[in-house]
Amino acid sequence: MIEFAQQLVNGLSLGAIYALIALGYTMVYGIIKLINFAHGDVMMVGAYVGFFSITLLGTNILAAMLVAMLFCAILGVIIEKVAYRPLRNSTRIAALITAIGVSLFLEYITIFILGPAQKVFPSSAFPITEYHIAGISILNKNIFVFISAVVLMLILQYIIKWTKTGKAMRAVSLDMEAAVLMGISVDKTISITFAIGSALAAAAGVMVGVYYNTINPLMGIIPGLKAFVAAVLGGIGIIPGAMVGGFVMGLLETMVSGYGNSMYRDAVAFGVLILILLIKPTGLFGKNTGEKV
Amino acid sequence: MHEKKKTWLTFIFEVIVLAVLFTIVQYAMTVGLINQSYQINITSMCINIILAVSLNLINGFTGQLSLGHAGFMAVGAYASVIMTNNLGMPFIVGILVGCLAAGIAGFLIGVPTLRLKGDYLAIATLGFGEIIRVVLQNIDYVGGPAGMVGITRLTSWPWLYAATIVTILVIVNLINSSYGRAIISVREDEIASELMGINTTSYKVLAFVVGAMFAGLAGVLYAHFFYIIKPETFGFLKSFDIVVMVVLGGLGSTTGAVIAAIFITFLTFALQKYAAVRMIIYSLILIIVMIYRPQGLMGSKELTRKTFARIWSGKK
Repeated sequence: MIEFAQQLVNGLSLGAIYALIALGYTMVYGIIKLINFAHGDVMMVGAYVGFFSITLLGTNILAAMLVAMLFCAILGVIIEKVAYRPLRNSTRIAALITAIGVSLFLEYITIFILGPAQKVFPSSAFPITEYHIAGISILNKNIFVFISAVVLMLILQYIIKWTKTGKAMRAVSLDMEAAVLMGISVDKTISITFAIGSALAAAAGVMVGVYYNTINPLMGIIPGLKAFVAAVLGGIGIIPGAMVGGFVMGLLETMVSGYGNSMYRDAVAFGVLILILLIKPTGLFGKNTGEKV
Repeated sequence: MHEKKKTWLTFIFEVIVLAVLFTIVQYAMTVGLINQSYQINITSMCINIILAVSLNLINGFTGQLSLGHAGFMAVGAYASVIMTNNLGMPFIVGILVGCLAAGIAGFLIGVPTLRLKGDYLAIATLGFGEIIRVVLQNIDYVGGPAGMVGITRLTSWPWLYAATIVTILVIVNLINSSYGRAIISVREDEIASELMGINTTSYKVLAFVVGAMFAGLAGVLYAHFFYIIKPETFGFLKSFDIVVMVVLGGLGSTTGAVIAAIFITFLTFALQKYAAVRMIIYSLILIIVMIYRPQGLMGSKELTRKTFARIWSGKK
């Protein structure tokens, strides 16, 4: 039982990270129907910005997170403007291939500038303390990751539900043409969506740095894919779905590593994806929409 | 009667051209005009052509976006190496078993996933590709994460050449048959073709299985040339590589796939020393081509006898 609770604690913080990344995937998909393969790499850039903010500017972890979020928000907007906007009216596969191109570009430009070696996230920025509650060991980094992720998700919920921008985002994702007719600037709304999604990914990147202690230029791929699975699991395009999906993926992964064979944890993630796609492709929270001729 | 004779003549002409090309390269290899690194280049070129042409059948002609092609390559490679290295069978058995195993894998994966469409199918195939990789990593019999080493080099120029030609011939003839027309109709409009009485699922599965078999063939050739196979080699980055070739060449153009495969192989070869720069250039090409020419180099056009004849006679 204690073992189970321990895995639960670990899984929740990992799940929070996946949920944050999954939110970006789901928001972008919801609004322009594009699987933004570069999203995991934006997270990687965020981790690096956070890293340099701590080592070069000497900021604390929260400031580093904010710097990373700001940087990646701008990066996300630029990516959308340069690479995705010209393709808005072309085929889905063209956009998908471009996203893969952007992903490779971010990975290898980072390798080119900083080298392929991994960097150790400075532990001085986040001294580890361990708490014992009822036999379960809880690290302060788990708490930090979980709480900051939840706070960010609450802020996101507020933006989407109660602000004008959020209303515009929901309108554009529901029906882009109708939104234009209602006087919503679609370009601006899509830019904002990318900015918010990328900022969340950057925050997740800094969290990954704290959580795993090391960062490297290819660190975005696997968490990115898993977060994508999380987004599909919850129903892609549905924001609460991404949150739930992220936590489910995090918990599942720690359970599999804890009780089973940790080598299989990546396969499990994709197994879940395939199961959900076969049983309910629209995801846990998705509604079935009929095919129109 | 005259038409028939003409077809025969062009056929004989083509066979001669192919035979001459084969002999030139074979001669250059025996004499040593083509050194080791060029030989590797030629091998990768043939393998890439097989991969691109076979994936083009799935992605381009059938319109089903698959991102797990490297997985089938892995199945073919591993199955054949078990045959040749572990069981001591001749190479041809390895090739047949490799293709068969990849085809079966394609069938098993295709039947459930091809019900999905578009992005969902892309992700499901990507997932299956990764699952194949992870499963291979966990089977000790095939070396786990370290892979299989010490594979005898059996892939020679004649095998490569024959495999490439057979792949192109089979796929081009499939496309030009009534099956091919059904396959293309699925791409153009799935609902409409279903209404015309085409069993869309079975045609999609057919294309998927044939594509997977040839990916397996590419895997067999790969394994028996480079001495070593590792599960990592067949990850989704490799799948992306193949998709890039298909998309650059033009979805639904076999000649486009061949040209793009040759181009990408040369690019890789030329920038071998600068791995990071290579990938940056590669990604930029990808983005720029998609923005300015999203239909790819050839679109869905083909370079055929007629095109050459037209160029030859100077007519447009």
